[in-house]
Amino acid sequence: MIKVSFTPNLNRHLSCPQQDVVGDTVAQALQMVFAGNPQLQGYILDDQGRLRRHVAVFVDGQMILDRRYLSDRLQADSTIYIAQALSGG
Amino acid sequence: MATDTARLDSDGAATLRVATRKGLFTYQQQAPGQWQLTRSAFIGDPVSMLLTDPRSGDRYAALNLGHFGVKLHRAEPGSDQWREIATPKYPPGAGDGKDGEGVSVEQLWALSPSGADRPGTLWAGTIPGGLFKSEDRGDSWQLVESLWQRPERSEWFGGGYDQPGIHSICVDPRDSRRLLVAISCGGVWETRDEGDSWRLLGEGLRAEYMPPEGVNALAVQDPHCLAVCAAAPDSAWIQHHNGIFHSADSGVSWREISGVQPSSFGFAVAVHPQDPATAWFVPGVKDECRLPVDGRLVVTRTRDGGDSFEVLDSGLPQQHAYDLVLRHALDVDAQGRQLAFGSTTGNLWLSENQGDHWHCLSTHLPPIYALRFDPAAAA
Repeated sequence: MIKVSFTPNLNRHLSCPQQDVVGDTVAQALQMVFAGNPQLQGYILDDQGRLRRHVAVFVDGQMILDRRYLSDRLQADSTIYIAQALSGG
Repeated sequence: MATDTARLDSDGAATLRVATRKGLFTYQQQAPGQWQLTRSAFIGDPVSMLLTDPRSGDRYAALNLGHFGVKLHRAEPGSDQWREIATPKYPPGAGDGKDGEGVSVEQLWALSPSGADRPGTLWAGTIPGGLFKSEDRGDSWQLVESLWQRPERSEWFGGGYDQPGIHSICVDPRDSRRLLVAISCGGVWETRDEGDSWRLLGEGLRAEYMPPEGVNALAVQDPHCLAVCAAAPDSAWIQHHNGIFHSADSGVSWREISGVQPSSFGFAVAVHPQDPATAWFVPGVKDECRLPVDGRLVVTRTRDGGDSFEVLDSGLPQQHAYDLVLRHALDVDAQGRQLAFGSTTGNLWLSENQGDHWHCLSTHLPPIYALRFDPAAAA
């Protein structure tokens, strides 16, 4: 399973516990997360489905490259971490 | 779900709500001349706009979370519980017409109720320039495509922000289908059919920042704030990037008010709700020097439609003041007696006599983005 966890700062606004999902790409994994927590999507992605400017996503410790389509590939046991980028102030 | 701290509103007390860079604060009048901060909410979060709906008493607060985007919350009358509701959202592919990329809401900058005959309808103005409508108290929103698709939108540009934004939405109290909308920088627009079609107004407005041939172009004007007299909606005022303007014909044509001392530059305007000839402004030096003139913080008031102005300084700092008052940070109450304004320096002043004298409610709030008195009928 792929583990998805979130910056604790998101918990100020809504509940987002660590989750286990499946998927071949970051986009697929996050869509599974959002299916169970629709409100969370607007905190991570903008109106057009892009990663928000001041949110960073790490897969197995590496920042993803495709912020537009989230097409970075996953391993079956990858870990995804949703971080609050320091660029946001 | 956020919860206001401290107690609920007292029944019937005059209430002022203040949206800041780091939270929403509520002041209530305890007795004449005595106001107390009674509640706070969203501490640490930027609150870009607020509304207490005069029809229902519902309260709304728009947040602009630096990392996680724009959010909208609602609290019901008498409740201290804020609940996140839908946020206006641009549909897939909605572009700015320039680089082919779709756009996203960057800020919720205006929030206005429709008339009493449309109790669930709200209007929201956003950066980057989209107007949104809700018919269910903000539970869902639709982009007003008829304005978004106007070809003149390609002429709009940002004023203060990178992208253009709708900051003023004035619903005609005589006819809920008629709206005046002001855009920085995109001019003044009118609909008479509740957003099905639009007309670009603004004859007489002047944009010094444009090349000479574009000074009077309508779609590039920068009305910093537009306000309409509730009792005489044909009378409208604009604090424009290039001065103060008044319209007596529902915004079709505008007369520039010149010679206002100490300055006609500023961002905010408030209009007396019963007297269209009375309006207040908070002047600054000029666009590239957004400070009180000579370090003296003053409010200017006209009672004769702009023919003359009084300089109101009683109770305000008269030296070394560097306060800037943003476009939504000046308000007058429904009776036209109490006024309040707040600055980016976090100072908050209130007057109970139309600006003749001001008293300071705080010198240490976060930067103030917007403030509003509760309407008298609100719970």
